[in-house]
Amino acid sequence: MALNGKIPAGPIKDKWTSYKDHLNLVNPANKRNIDIIIVGTGLAGGSAAATLAEQGYNVKAFCYQDSPRRAHSIAAQGGINAAKNYQGDGDSTYRLFYDTVKGGDYRSREANVHRLAEVSANIIDQCVAQGVPFARDYGGLLDNRSFGGVLVSRTFYAKGQTGQQLLLGAYSAMNRQIARGKITMYNRHEMLDVVVVDGKARGIIARNLVTGEIERHSAHAVVLGTGGYGNVFFLSTNAMGSNVSAGWKAHKRGAYFANPCYTQIHPTCIPRSGDYQSKLTLMSESLRNDGRIWVPAKLEDVAAIKAGKLKATQIAEEDRDYYLERRYPAFGNLVPRDVASRAAKERCDAGYGVNATGEAVYLDFASAILRYGREQALLKGESSATDARLKELGKEIVKAKYGNLFDMYKQIAAENPYETPMMIYPAVHYTMGGVWVDYNLMTTIPGCYAIGEANFSEHGANRLGASALMQGLADGYFVLPYTIADYLSHDIRTGTIPTTLPEFDAAEKEVKERLEGLVNNKGIHSVDYYHKQLGNIMWNKCGMSRNEKGLKEAIEEIAALREDFWKNVSVPGGAYELNPELEKAGRVADFLELGELFAKDALDRNESCGGHFREESVEVGGPQDGEALRDDENYAYVAAWEYKGKPSEAVLHKEQLDFNDIKLTQRSYK
Amino acid sequence: MSEMNLTLKIWRQKNAADKGKMVDYKVNSISEHMSFLEMMDVLNEQLINSGDDPVAFDHDCREGICGSCSMFINGEAHGPVKGTTTCQLHMRSFKDGDTIYIEPFRANAFPVIKDLVVNRSSFDRIQQSGGFISVNTSGNTQDANATAIPKHDADLAMDAAACIGCGACVATCKNSSAMLFVGAKISQYALLPQGQVEAKDRAQNMVAQMDAEGFGNCTNTGACEVECPKGISISNIARMNREYLSGSLK
Repeated sequence: MALNGKIPAGPIKDKWTSYKDHLNLVNPANKRNIDIIIVGTGLAGGSAAATLAEQGYNVKAFCYQDSPRRAHSIAAQGGINAAKNYQGDGDSTYRLFYDTVKGGDYRSREANVHRLAEVSANIIDQCVAQGVPFARDYGGLLDNRSFGGVLVSRTFYAKGQTGQQLLLGAYSAMNRQIARGKITMYNRHEMLDVVVVDGKARGIIARNLVTGEIERHSAHAVVLGTGGYGNVFFLSTNAMGSNVSAGWKAHKRGAYFANPCYTQIHPTCIPRSGDYQSKLTLMSESLRNDGRIWVPAKLEDVAAIKAGKLKATQIAEEDRDYYLERRYPAFGNLVPRDVASRAAKERCDAGYGVNATGEAVYLDFASAILRYGREQALLKGESSATDARLKELGKEIVKAKYGNLFDMYKQIAAENPYETPMMIYPAVHYTMGGVWVDYNLMTTIPGCYAIGEANFSEHGANRLGASALMQGLADGYFVLPYTIADYLSHDIRTGTIPTTLPEFDAAEKEVKERLEGLVNNKGIHSVDYYHKQLGNIMWNKCGMSRNEKGLKEAIEEIAALREDFWKNVSVPGGAYELNPELEKAGRVADFLELGELFAKDALDRNESCGGHFREESVEVGGPQDGEALRDDENYAYVAAWEYKGKPSEAVLHKEQLDFNDIKLTQRSYK
Repeated sequence: MSEMNLTLKIWRQKNAADKGKMVDYKVNSISEHMSFLEMMDVLNEQLINSGDDPVAFDHDCREGICGSCSMFINGEAHGPVKGTTTCQLHMRSFKDGDTIYIEPFRANAFPVIKDLVVNRSSFDRIQQSGGFISVNTSGNTQDANATAIPKHDADLAMDAAACIGCGACVATCKNSSAMLFVGAKISQYALLPQGQVEAKDRAQNMVAQMDAEGFGNCTNTGACEVECPKGISISNIARMNREYLSGSLK
């Protein structure tokens, strides 16, 4: 099958508007006869469910959590971007478009990104109307902050809980439709397969996680809003239950999987403390507005810190290496995430890491506290304030801005970040890759859509901060509702899809056999035993830095681990009861396949771009010495993989990326 | 780094019909830097390797925001540290040789599903009865800055909206009252101009649903506020009562 992105013709500024004007619509009476399944209730799935139900479709929404309010969008801290230009600092739709394409290292689709920038402003209007309590200034208007990779302040926020507030907004919109009977909500349900009938997605097989019962659900279209697959690394900032299974099942039924190797390793996470670690915690990028990142300039100071003989606060200013400010004077501490992460790894690999594992750098607020203190002292007319008083005043401001993040750090690390610098290190956070979709957000299975982090489309090889929330809500509120209508307009005479079709029988049988196989295996190792080993392979060989040798080893090691898993995994309990270990086993089994495709994709892409850094492809000499080197001539494509029985047999389809409105250049933040 | 050996007394209940009982377990060499749930992971790994049924408990984000985790630890919702969910509780709050009692959040409106997992769908149903502003998601609303909202009101609305819906308030309350949870949502909207249009009906409907679910009444002990991991203030209950009262005097 030829890969057609279905990007509309015409100038980029008009594409979405004129395309929308010519899409088919479904009349309100017919919408009542059309069913849509939505899997996942985060920002993308939740907003899509609410909007499609408002429009009159019958929506069935599924989530594995006990309530749709708990999807992992809730953990997003810092904010959401929108080209409102409320600050009058030169922002515009074009700037947001440009920043996102550049930030993504020129590996995203221009048309999709421009559409995202166009609808961004509307998201803020919508959310305010829903009662989302965004931060405001003393004049009562909305406040903004700045995020990495940009030179304007376009990020809207609700304390350090922006994701929570946006998700609760979408959840409230869903609740209104659940009350009206337009959404049927299936909590504690996990999708275990997509059912394809005559080439179209017509339903899913789901497991009721409380009873273990296997259920069939039919619909005229299936939408996956199931998030990212960062947990393939075992340790990530994702929720414990975040998984790739829905997307992977669709992949095995015919949906291409795009750019699996594009992973975002977020620079500011709390470092690992031991082998028992179950997950990592992010400290919002917004902290880089005021925090300065550094390591000691002298190795003897590093040794003294590790030996407990020296404290960070005792190191003199001239003995500190603010390496981001040194290497990237234009963007400083606000370089994009991939650049900041690699720079931290570079310093730690060179021996400058400041904790016992050697994998930590400082994020320091001392100068911000003083700066705010001076400002407050002026405002309060305290011209002769002492240093202690300045610090006290400054701390109040820092507390108002980041208080909940500082509290969280204190709880986990048992250190007070108001007094001593935080210790941070990069961790897996987001996956730009995902199920391939065309401009309509439809996968290569007709009638099966992927939205939010589950798809691949908007962020190229690196996502800018505060853009995930923007994309999730853009897809769900403002894009999918238009494009899906065009597809469903051909289904108005179809009638209810019966779940007695042989395709449902076959899919259910496969699902049951797999579950029963897992619980009856009676092996010798727990699911976590395998998940941790997979994570180790991924982190060491497919992490922040990748090379041909390591990737080839990873492919072999993962395939061997997968074989061992199916022979020797032990899953307690039965298939037809609440069984969290069985849920995990199914997810890890899918990660063991995805991981191999991930490495295969990383091996194919012999260039460095965004979060994908190939040691073979770096700048040598000149002002960009040592920076990532892209190869536009050979790799300006989306790698979409077709499933052929096992990951090693996957077939690569290339979607060439055309850049007509933005010139491809070396991404410089110097 | 100090390590500890602990005795755990955990509520085990096979399913909703089972009577359930406390069962003793031992875990050794627990690091003070572990989170409480990582300690539970260690126990479960131990149980799986010895062929026993692991302890079921709800958890997801493990960063204190999703509201999934819900244990009653040594007689307190989310354990001994204030302003903390179970997933953010660390073992440095315990000491070597301790015996720790771990039970589910108990309330008639939160029936046990298995072990420490309870059904909190009653919270969803209360939200469905009025926890929203009836605005369609078309985006065709006014500009976000068209109405200025005093910072003080916006901040108070945010404080109320910070509720994570975990149910600690209910589990803590001697009457199993959900008034802190419901009051927080009603307050968020009552404090914002967008919420005014439906304010009266919202309070009536949400309170009616809360009662129908079998939650108890408030007798002003204030325990909910003390145990709330997000520090939601009981002034939200007062605001709810005011909204309810003014709504009933149409």
